[in-house]
Amino acid sequence: MSARKPLPRWADIVLLPVLNLTLAFVISGLVVLMVGEDPFKAMKILLYGAFGYGEGIGYTLHFATNFVFAGLAFAIASHAGQFNIGAEGQAYIAGLGAIFVGLTLDQTHWLLVLPIAMLAAGAIGGIWGFIPGYLAAKRGSHVVITTIMFNFIAATFMVYMLNNVLKPQGQMAPESASVVNAGKIPQLREFWDFFGYAPVNVMLFIAILALAGAYILLWHTELGYKIRTMGQNPNAAHYAGISNSKIIMISMTLSGAIAGMIAVNEVLGVQNRLVVDFVFGYGFVGIAVGLMGRNHPIGIALAAILFGALYQGGLELAFYMPAITREMIIVIQALVILFTGAMEGLFRTPLEIFFTTLDLNKNGENKNSNNKLKKQES
Amino acid sequence: MTDKSQAKKQRSSKMSAVSSDSDNLADNRLAIELVQINKHFGAVHANKNIDLPIKSGTVHGIVGENGAGKTTLMSILYGFYTADSGQIKVDGKQVKIKDSSHALKLGIGMVHQHFMLVENFSVLENIILGVEDNFLLKTSISKARKELKRLASEYELEVDPDMLIEDLSVGQQQRVEILKALYRGAEILILDEPTGVLTPTEADHLFRVLNTLKDQGKTIVLITHKLREIMAITDEVSVMRRGAMVKTLQTKNTNPSELAELMVGRSVLLHVEKGKANPKEIKLEVKDLEVEDDIGVIRVKGVSFNVRAGEIVGIAGVSGNGQSELLEAISGMRKQNSGQLLINGKEIKISGDDGAKKLRQVKLAHVPEDRQEQGLVVSFEQWENAILGYQDDDKYGKGAFLSVRACKEEARRQIKDFDVRPPNERLKVANFSGGNQQKIVLAREISRDPEIFIVGQPTRGVDIGAIEAIHNNIIAMRDAGKAILLVSVELDEIRSLSDRILVMFDGHIVGEADPAIVTEGELGLLMAGVSGKQPKVATATLKEKAGVSGKQPKVATATLKEKAGVPGTEAKRETAARKKSKAKTSKGVVK
Repeated sequence: MSARKPLPRWADIVLLPVLNLTLAFVISGLVVLMVGEDPFKAMKILLYGAFGYGEGIGYTLHFATNFVFAGLAFAIASHAGQFNIGAEGQAYIAGLGAIFVGLTLDQTHWLLVLPIAMLAAGAIGGIWGFIPGYLAAKRGSHVVITTIMFNFIAATFMVYMLNNVLKPQGQMAPESASVVNAGKIPQLREFWDFFGYAPVNVMLFIAILALAGAYILLWHTELGYKIRTMGQNPNAAHYAGISNSKIIMISMTLSGAIAGMIAVNEVLGVQNRLVVDFVFGYGFVGIAVGLMGRNHPIGIALAAILFGALYQGGLELAFYMPAITREMIIVIQALVILFTGAMEGLFRTPLEIFFTTLDLNKNGENKNSNNKLKKQES
Repeated sequence: MTDKSQAKKQRSSKMSAVSSDSDNLADNRLAIELVQINKHFGAVHANKNIDLPIKSGTVHGIVGENGAGKTTLMSILYGFYTADSGQIKVDGKQVKIKDSSHALKLGIGMVHQHFMLVENFSVLENIILGVEDNFLLKTSISKARKELKRLASEYELEVDPDMLIEDLSVGQQQRVEILKALYRGAEILILDEPTGVLTPTEADHLFRVLNTLKDQGKTIVLITHKLREIMAITDEVSVMRRGAMVKTLQTKNTNPSELAELMVGRSVLLHVEKGKANPKEIKLEVKDLEVEDDIGVIRVKGVSFNVRAGEIVGIAGVSGNGQSELLEAISGMRKQNSGQLLINGKEIKISGDDGAKKLRQVKLAHVPEDRQEQGLVVSFEQWENAILGYQDDDKYGKGAFLSVRACKEEARRQIKDFDVRPPNERLKVANFSGGNQQKIVLAREISRDPEIFIVGQPTRGVDIGAIEAIHNNIIAMRDAGKAILLVSVELDEIRSLSDRILVMFDGHIVGEADPAIVTEGELGLLMAGVSGKQPKVATATLKEKAGVSGKQPKVATATLKEKAGVPGTEAKRETAARKKSKAKTSKGVVK
């Protein structure tokens, strides 16, 4: 067990994810080969579908918007040492806030609806994050367990709400009434034809603001400092007079509130009504986005675009290559999540060894050349 | 020497090229020889051209200051690190030790400073861990039970094989570590600072065991920085200083002051240069303070004392007798069960888990005992650590914001004032040496100009150059009229820095002493929590140097322990509690 050096920064941030991604694509390529299709052609379709034309880009950005919120939600909690995997449920239940504001203020203006809906969705999502945070801080329960359970509670509660409270009379489908006027958050295609029929909407800009906000919060405020201290060393935080329990509750609430933005994006920006399972797994993918983006806003932005492209390009692929079914697309997405998220450390050890030996060799050469110099001098 | 031990010796020599006929020859045979060992860690040259011959069947001491490279050298021998260059010979044969299991195969066993035991496994399970015969445990366990019985009686290492590790005292846990090494066939036993966690009584027992092991033909390498132990038990001693081997001596031909001089490289001032104290008004006072640890065991049992401006009050004691909890209670990190904490005559009540903030507001600064666990966030850069605890201060950014520039300016100032090396505020704290990490903590706390200064283990794991600087900083604080409370397990440090010494044992303050007149022996007795009669039994056995093995007064140690409130158990409980608290706080962290 010789001492290994940590990776250089560029290798950690760029090389490692690229390697993981490459491996994921190689294995995906093998899967495509297995069903008898050409992996290179599939790759081309996927890339074209995601980035090749306006509507494709619009869809990619729309998915990415959701992933930014989900990834940030994961990252904020993660910086405080909390593994919030409840963004799914937090976003889902936040839909109540979004639709309530949308329906109530349908006759006003979207500039009024947007901030209020964000506040309402953020508040409800925040509460859904706060409760597991409170339980962890004060009762010592594990946030992984509680947030999972809260996902289920949110799911069943929403089914109840849709069927019994929100469903207009005389309607069969478990959906709320639709917003028709100001409740709709404008989609970008209303301003630019470029985006075709893509649902990407004003929330994209909110997502960009959220990325910047998260950066400032984490690295340029006292609260961010406390959150990071708590996450890195709870004992040192305690020593520094930082209340561990408060930081856990604050970070979990913030996390839930950010997850709630997914609801605004989906409910008021796309569906215009509350439907069953509108979150569609974005909350879970957010974990992979956060992990792959190293919980840093820039990384999260890049990872969100990658996953947005996978979602959109995957849909396209299923359309053009009937042999590649929707399930196959999910397999490919899962492989990417597996290699960039769960098995993120796969290449870390070999890379560390590689860089350490590289370093040693360099030093060795220097020494040799030094010796040579000395000899020449004498 | 008995026939049995002779036979043993022969067995141990099975790898040597020349089989020995007589005891004399055997005694001069080298069990281990290290030749020109070099090891670098980055820029640090931890071992420089080390030559070390260790004779078979002896107790060989290795002394040196913290950071002299003792542990690195032994880690190389035990296969934790590979040397950059140099040779290792075991029983005359050159070997390349790949890892610790390889070292074990060569008959080298190690007892670490921090035990490597599974807390909730039984003694037996710990002993067979990793050397099970097959996938069914039953046969291994019954075999181990028999073997353990033999080893225990042979070496006076009695431990109940079915006890759980977490229920054993620290001394007993150490016995299990030794048994573990012996069970794996160790002929050469390396002990790294074995007495650091032991009470004097437990240490005496350990030395008896080591002597028995030596008589049975084992070779023992003892790493320590306590000269008393070297003089008491070793046959030969090697002195290390700043990564280099200074000298190897016969213990009987040397004396502590010579060793100390060799260790430090100049004649040692055991007493820090300082003027007379000039105590003024009472700044800090505790009355009948009672504090419990994380698992609800009362660790501070009604303690009262005060600290005046302009004096240093030292608290001495074997670690785990409530000092940590006392420090944490005074610095606001732990709630008081009962009793009072008064700062400038005003009572401070701790509620919630951010009490440390409250005490910083009344100008109390705290250098925690464990800098890496509490005093620093080692994954942060130095500038981020330079404001730890003072992050709310407007000096470092107005309102809720944090001004990175202001923080870095402050960090650079601290680095300059306290000579932190390397002077780079962007370096992660984990990459600073122990001494410089401690300087980072001290710089942060001292530069806030506190009125009350609480210092725990200021020089633990700190190299000699830094120790002097740190001591001078503390004295300067005193001379500037600050009230200073110092907790240390290093008796020398307590004696040379303090103006008054309080001795803590089992949660009580059992005595107060004047450092000018008290002897180390007297302090030692107080620290062991005994008065008058009992300790003589224990120290007597040490003085005999256990030359006569056989029945030792186990009864005496046992009763002594009972009367002393079994501090070992307490210490052990402390570690358990600390682990638990760690688990508690890191709940939900999945990485």
